[in-house]
Amino acid sequence: MTSQPDGHGLQPAIETEGLTKRYGSTVALAGLSMSVPPGQVFGFLGPNGAGKTTAVKLLLGLARPTGGTGRLLGAPLGDRSVRRRVGYLPELFRYQAWLTARDVLWLHAQLAGIPLAARSAAIAEALRSVALADREDGRVGTFSKGMQQRLGLAVALLGQPAVVILDEPTSALDPIGRLDVRSIIRGLRDHGTTVFLNSHLLGEVERVCDVVAIVDHGQVVAGGPLDELLGVSTVRIRVTGLSAAARAALSAFGTPADEPPWLVVRGCPPERVPDLVAEIVAGGGRIYAVDAGRETLEERFVELLTRPAQPGESAASRAPS
Amino acid sequence: MNVLIIARLTLLEALRRRLLWALAGLTIAVVVLTGWGFALLTANAHERAVPPLELVVAVSQLLILVAFMFSFVLAMTAAFLGAPAIAADLESGVLQSIVARPIRRAEILVGKWLGLVAIVLGYAVAAGLLEVAAVDLVSGYLPPEPLGASLFLGGQAIVLLTIAMLLSTRLPTIAGGAIAVVLFGASWISGVMGGIAGVLGLDALARTVEATRFIVPLDGLWKGAVYALEPPAFILLATSAGERAARVAANNPFYAATPPAPAFLLYAGIWVAIVLGLAAWSFARREI
Repeated sequence: MTSQPDGHGLQPAIETEGLTKRYGSTVALAGLSMSVPPGQVFGFLGPNGAGKTTAVKLLLGLARPTGGTGRLLGAPLGDRSVRRRVGYLPELFRYQAWLTARDVLWLHAQLAGIPLAARSAAIAEALRSVALADREDGRVGTFSKGMQQRLGLAVALLGQPAVVILDEPTSALDPIGRLDVRSIIRGLRDHGTTVFLNSHLLGEVERVCDVVAIVDHGQVVAGGPLDELLGVSTVRIRVTGLSAAARAALSAFGTPADEPPWLVVRGCPPERVPDLVAEIVAGGGRIYAVDAGRETLEERFVELLTRPAQPGESAASRAPS
Repeated sequence: MNVLIIARLTLLEALRRRLLWALAGLTIAVVVLTGWGFALLTANAHERAVPPLELVVAVSQLLILVAFMFSFVLAMTAAFLGAPAIAADLESGVLQSIVARPIRRAEILVGKWLGLVAIVLGYAVAAGLLEVAAVDLVSGYLPPEPLGASLFLGGQAIVLLTIAMLLSTRLPTIAGGAIAVVLFGASWISGVMGGIAGVLGLDALARTVEATRFIVPLDGLWKGAVYALEPPAFILLATSAGERAARVAANNPFYAATPPAPAFLLYAGIWVAIVLGLAAWSFARREI
């Protein structure tokens, strides 16, 4: 992926250059290069086995890269002290079943170096933000999987970290829980926190992320601001009786193409849709339906990952500039 | 500070295990039952007018056998507390969010080790002193160093705990626990073989076994516990009964003519420190 603009000229929250991880002959990550702007929600997407969790582990220093470099909040990967400013919800989340929710947060507050005077308030705030305030004295062992994931989220949010890394944060949550998580992520962004969201739930990513990177076989195959990645606006029209001349005139609005039963005009800006419709009607066309929108992330994702590589094209070179 | 946080967490977690409380209950039952046995022995000896020295020797030897049982229980406890210490938390995922905190892996490992050392040492001292108190109460025999004996047994458990924790940084719980138990058994057999070689005068074998005793310093610590439980008069008797009798006695795994040398104790301490250091290094290098 190309380097992203770093927000307001600030240092990227996360950046990697050629980050590689091999396990014997297996390449889990093949030269990951990316830059996560501070204060944004970054979606890290990819199919199973693409290297997403490996990348997260390298960022947090849980595993060591076999090649390449990276920085987290300006510090080299593996730096211990920077972890004070990082919250992490692992994909495999499990907390001491015999402790209460509050005990778990107290333990993490101690380890994160949150001063004693601020600890209780930080814990109360984290519990409140994940709607577990009324269960603070409940033992983790009695919690449902979804509640444990909420607790994990509270652990990650503890002490208002500068970067929050969430690895599949809604895997155990019901639709209401997912809605809550989206609201929490938006709240984090509003407070200037950088969120690194590792997920394969594309609808979720599309709703909350500002910037995304799509990885496959350990490499970024596409990335950038979501608006750019999802590309041009597309208008689908069900129309009959359009003359050849009138159809040719539609080129002024974008690139027309027949995709029966639709006439598709790619690249037509949303504000020109009424003019496009008027032009078709003036050309004798009878309109039955108009669907103006853009590609969904899922369509783009599937297109990128199923499209055969052109001769001489590497996966990375498919990334838009 | 981080070490103490993890040590406290480990201690509290271990104390919550039903297994530990079951062990405590069984220990009390063993103390009561053996106390009853010692009471019967003493009463019987008094009825038959057995000389006091013979009674003391019999009671002390039986007490050493009971200590051997405790040594075995402690070894098993240490192996099965140490073997899952890192491995189980890695497998379950509990460690994932902890290692992502600004804490050294070595602090996690040493913290867990300290918490478990407190458990095994606490158990060794409590069980040892309770047993000795029961024996003293019913037979009147008080070994010269009851606390020392408990500490030597606890030392054995610490040696095994440390090995089990080293294994735990790389192996699954079951494998680590099994290897630690096998090492305990092998060390015990090595001590017995050394004794047999000593009695039969097989010097080459005796020297080899002596060397293996230093690989895992369990046998030397056991001898320390034995020495601490023996009546001084018995040692005097064994050593004054001629060279051959002294040689046989010296090679009996349930007898010790001398306390462990300070150099050996120093060696055992350094050995534990080195193995703990290796465990910390291994855990730090482990990819999670």
